[in-house]
Amino acid sequence: MRQLRTTLTYLALTLLALVFVAPVAYLVVGSLKPSGDVIDGLAGFVPKDASLANYTGMLDRFSSPATGYFSDFYLTSLLVTTVVVLGGLLVNSMAAYALARLRWRGRDAALLTVVALTILPFEAIAVPLFYLLNDHRNTYYIQFLPFVASAFSIYLFYSFFVGLPRELEEAARIDGAGTWRTFFRIVVPMSKPVFATVTILTFLTTWGSFLWPVMMVDQPQRRPLPLAIAVFQGQPPYDWGQIFAFGVLMVLPVLVVFLAFQRWFVQSLASSGLKG
Amino acid sequence: MTTTTQTPQQAPPLTPLRRRRGRLRRDDRAAWAMFLPAAAGLLMFVVVPFVMAGWLSLHNVRLDAPTPPNWMGLEQYRRILLDPDFRGEFYRGLLNNVIFAVVVVPLQTALALTLALLLNRPLRGMPVFRTFFFMPVVFPMALVAVVWKVIYARGELGMLNAVLDTISFGHLGPYDWLGDTATALPAIIIMSVWQGVGLQMVILLAGLQGIPKDLYEAASLDRAGRWLQFRHVTLPGLRNTLIFVVMVTTILSFRLFDQIYIMTQGGPQQATTTVMYQAVTTAFDANNVGRASAITVLFFLIVLTITLVQRRLLREDREIS
Repeated sequence: MRQLRTTLTYLALTLLALVFVAPVAYLVVGSLKPSGDVIDGLAGFVPKDASLANYTGMLDRFSSPATGYFSDFYLTSLLVTTVVVLGGLLVNSMAAYALARLRWRGRDAALLTVVALTILPFEAIAVPLFYLLNDHRNTYYIQFLPFVASAFSIYLFYSFFVGLPRELEEAARIDGAGTWRTFFRIVVPMSKPVFATVTILTFLTTWGSFLWPVMMVDQPQRRPLPLAIAVFQGQPPYDWGQIFAFGVLMVLPVLVVFLAFQRWFVQSLASSGLKG
Repeated sequence: MTTTTQTPQQAPPLTPLRRRRGRLRRDDRAAWAMFLPAAAGLLMFVVVPFVMAGWLSLHNVRLDAPTPPNWMGLEQYRRILLDPDFRGEFYRGLLNNVIFAVVVVPLQTALALTLALLLNRPLRGMPVFRTFFFMPVVFPMALVAVVWKVIYARGELGMLNAVLDTISFGHLGPYDWLGDTATALPAIIIMSVWQGVGLQMVILLAGLQGIPKDLYEAASLDRAGRWLQFRHVTLPGLRNTLIFVVMVTTILSFRLFDQIYIMTQGGPQQATTTVMYQAVTTAFDANNVGRASAITVLFFLIVLTITLVQRRLLREDREIS
């Protein structure tokens, strides 16, 4: 009986896993095949005449100012993601610490405002923001500035900091450490789980960010990867092999990081704040 | 920290009152300095545009127009909600959003719970399966949409049609999944669930692991079978996590945009248009910032209502139990 249950569990998991892996396998295999064979029924999974031609062809295609350079898309995405993640970790954790642990005039109102802002999705402000910042289209900074401060990240940090035991901070205070020193030397090192969670969530959202670039970027050189692939796939002649090669290169760094740290990745997402 | 090994005894004596005042004042300044950078960002890029949305929605505004915005009052809202020439599109988008949420929220939550329950067993290989199910979450939606557009390709060479043809021995299909009004929205729903279910699964898995083991032992001593254990131990133990997952999924489903923009542009015949898709195309393609802002305000009111209703239900539930 137990044996049977175990077998059935594995069977169910394997069937489900196939469904989850198939589109990913299709992407990788398709990127290696001649373009005309990508849409080819179940043979789409069979790597026939495998070569890197799509990769070199795609890089050739994106090698002029009119089309943008593939490296430009990459660097834009890297720059925007790095600034949003690192800048966000700094300013949002500091703000959350002030709200969670310090006594100051205006704190209650500030906390209430931040909590209220967490239910305001970016979509609800995208249009006026697009109108207000129209003169800054196609700059790099407009792609990251609006996303560094985040009410949701502050809230995640806040929930974690509130739950920390106070003893270490009090000891540091008594030892003469100031607010800044206490925060950076005592609190930050104790808070790795929440920093990891916020890093991962911010990284994934920013790397995949689409709506804002659609509105603010029309110069090919300034496109981040998601916008660039969306434009690429919509312009005839449709070269699916090259589009899939673009896709593989676009997700490869994320996938490598994810596979290398997956245990840590999943655990930190599951911990801290995310549980209601 | 080794440089500040001053013990409490060596600290200069302070009267309690002076110390407290001094600390308060120092906290005040440091606190504001810590809060200010994020506050400035939120003010400039969230609060101001949010207020601006209300102002813009009452005007006729075009981008790069030679004339300044002129006052229209509630005319934009009247057109969107009441004018027979315009309202159809808005209500169609809203309906699609509701259908999407009503299908995706239970489907995705149930699938995530199934996966979490299957994975929450002391068997070998579980981390590998967890990795597989979580993998789509790290893929940007823009890329997922492109790949699935090809999977849904019409004709017998499309991947999904080929799979269906094989498993049904040629009895099903081929279908034009994204080109048919009956299947376009379901196709987007399935793809969205595929991409997003891993995140919910991980959160539920953490919730499952937080349920004390002795509750299950007690239940099996009482001769409760699997189903009774699930009903009386697992579900109550997961309650808060489930509520969190349902709330987040609901809000996310109303924000539906990337897939629509890439795969169907709201078509065919508005079968996949959404409120958010209309807001963006109205601002961007139709260059009607005023009406787009009005749609945005309505979008926010819808999301706000859902949040408040869910919180209300949650509170009542708590009072009962």
